[in-house]
Amino acid sequence: MEDLLAARLQMAVSLGFHIIFACIGIAMPFLMAIAEYKWIRTGEQVYQDLAKAWSKGVAIFFATGAVSGTVLSFELGLLWPTFMEHAGPIFGMPFSWEGTAFFVEAIALGLFLYGWDKLRPWVHWGTGIVVGLSGVASGIFVVAANAWMNSPAGFDWVNGQAINIDPVAAMFNDAWFSQALHMTIAAFVATGFAAAGLHALLLLKDRNNLFHRKAMKIALAVGAIAAIVQPLSGDYSAKDVAERQPAKLAAMEGHFKTSQPAPLIIGGIPDEEAEEVHYAIEIPNMLSFLAHGDFNAEVIGLDQFPRDEWPPVLITHIAFQIMVGAGFVMMAVGMVYLYLYWKRREVLFQRWFLWIVGLCMPLGFIAVEAGWTVTEVGRQPWIIYGIMKTKDAVSSMPGLQYPFYLFTALYLLLTAILIWLMRRQIITLSERYESASAN
Amino acid sequence: MLIDIVIFFLGFSIIFYVLFGGADFGAGVLELISGEEDREKIADAIGPVWEANHVWLILVVVILFMGFPKIYSTMSLYLHIPLLIMLVGIVLRGTAFTYMHYDAIKDKSNHVYNFIFKISSVLTPLFLGVIVGAMVLGKIDPNAETFYAAFIAPWFNLFAFSVGLFCVVLFTFLAAVYLIGETKNEQQKSAFIKAAKRINASAVVVGALVFISAQMNDLSLLELFYESWLAIAAVVLATAILPFLWKSLHYSQIVLSRGLAAAQVILIILAWFWVQYPVVINVGYGTESLTFYNAVAPQATMLQLVWALVIGSCIILPFLYFLMKTFKGKQFIDK
Repeated sequence: MEDLLAARLQMAVSLGFHIIFACIGIAMPFLMAIAEYKWIRTGEQVYQDLAKAWSKGVAIFFATGAVSGTVLSFELGLLWPTFMEHAGPIFGMPFSWEGTAFFVEAIALGLFLYGWDKLRPWVHWGTGIVVGLSGVASGIFVVAANAWMNSPAGFDWVNGQAINIDPVAAMFNDAWFSQALHMTIAAFVATGFAAAGLHALLLLKDRNNLFHRKAMKIALAVGAIAAIVQPLSGDYSAKDVAERQPAKLAAMEGHFKTSQPAPLIIGGIPDEEAEEVHYAIEIPNMLSFLAHGDFNAEVIGLDQFPRDEWPPVLITHIAFQIMVGAGFVMMAVGMVYLYLYWKRREVLFQRWFLWIVGLCMPLGFIAVEAGWTVTEVGRQPWIIYGIMKTKDAVSSMPGLQYPFYLFTALYLLLTAILIWLMRRQIITLSERYESASAN
Repeated sequence: MLIDIVIFFLGFSIIFYVLFGGADFGAGVLELISGEEDREKIADAIGPVWEANHVWLILVVVILFMGFPKIYSTMSLYLHIPLLIMLVGIVLRGTAFTYMHYDAIKDKSNHVYNFIFKISSVLTPLFLGVIVGAMVLGKIDPNAETFYAAFIAPWFNLFAFSVGLFCVVLFTFLAAVYLIGETKNEQQKSAFIKAAKRINASAVVVGALVFISAQMNDLSLLELFYESWLAIAAVVLATAILPFLWKSLHYSQIVLSRGLAAAQVILIILAWFWVQYPVVINVGYGTESLTFYNAVAPQATMLQLVWALVIGSCIILPFLYFLMKTFKGKQFIDK
């Protein structure tokens, strides 16, 4: 295997693994805080049990995310030393703040997990909120650093060296806000639907289980609201990408030829040789509108770029379709949920709806992985857009496929163990709660 | 000025990582030596502060790549393999500990977690030390022709592994001293005291091995020491503490022995710092060494780094104190 490919795959595996735990770390504390709030307010034991049960899952996921994050902070250098040597001083600033945010998160989580009996209820609840807020902050900082790779700012590139470095301008680059907003909301969609889906599947076995009912309602409410808001931030992101990275947008949309107006291509299989998308649905003028807010605007296609600066179109386009498709399904389910909750609450726990929610369980994380693929693969062949190519940044150590195999095996193993651990959590949970629902 | 503040925070983070994260690793090593029965004690002691103890390492990495990018990239390139092994250790250990603690069903799987926990508790500090040793030794060759010369020889040698072993022993010692105060069981307490004394004695032996192996790998560590009176002072002081430390251990004066043990470890880290200051990586083979000053990032970056570190500490330290007080304060009162 070529070293560049191995390095890219290792980065993909590591980030793809870490992003799941990062999302859970962002959103789950708020779900726990809602449950704990209800417990403090109503005194109903089921809410405290729920917060505690969720917190066990969070502890397991957080530890996994912490170590996979530590790995990433080293991998940036292990795989891309040339990139880091130049980029470190420019885009290091959000990471230096992320250090603080992550530290606060770790401390607050320690207090939350072990402090049930040692802290007063509202103080304890507050530590949970701090976990969530610092998780959100961590996510924003890391995404701001990634955004800099898409929209480099805060330096001048002269003869292969960065001069006039301005870390503040680098951190607040043009892409940071749209990316951070989209990613943060995505964390709530993905986590909300995953938790709701899990409890819905468990409800299919025991429909009157009070514990799972409360759990599903809280998680789905959060996921639904986030899923309904998300397309707005997605639209904002797309317009932003159309301005800054027209090649990425063109790859996302499978838009080979510059045209005015441009049709929206839905689905299909892009063929880079023939420069067309097979089996796709076309909606005339729609891409012009989505990219520039004007049905007759010109949209730049891949033909405006030299062939060696094209992102891999097939992967980017399909990943984008998956993300948008999953997003719209979740938005629809979210709307149905809110409608039912508002008008016909008795239907919420009927089998058909539980099935729908259960099937949505992986959709949010599929969308997160696909969306991340869009942003990373869509930036290729650049590691710093327009400045440094990925192939020029890779480590000169030969044999990079072996670290890739090693970490892939390690993360597959951890994934298997995590699934197994969650199963064991759930088994003991239902044992405890079958009796409670009978009461 | 800015660079001094950043160096201070770098040192501060390394010291805290060694004192707290190091003691966590040491606790795992101690389990490996002492058998199974202390597991609960150890898990209780490190549970709440577990995650926080390991964030220090991330701070070290961030300070390096933002403030001294050339140091970070050089380490990453030539010490790729030991860094990789250390990372595998960090992943295995962090997950095994938490999974063991939170697994809803306690059965035979506990033995597996525990086995991985113990092995990786040795592996991680060993390779952390190997990396430090390789940075001191100066066998990194930017013009190397072969894979072995470029990516293996810098760290695969007696000296680097002696430093690695020293690291393991030092961390274990910290853990033993720390755990004395965490147990109320008299029998267990005397076991920890005995362990602490033995490990401290072996630290002296392994420390000597570091000097001997340096000579064997053509590094005149003694000469380096002669050039820095601060480094000599640190080592002399660390040695002078020994009798007092032993006495405090003997009479199980918990706070005093913890303080002395911490002081000893801090002095050893300072000795390492001074013996090569301002050099961070001795590259070797006629290539200029990397110092804090020739690897430093531009002024604007250092200024932002200082802001982040100063403001960050104002947030983190009080909060960390609150965490320690919430979970550690009680036990002192109980006694």
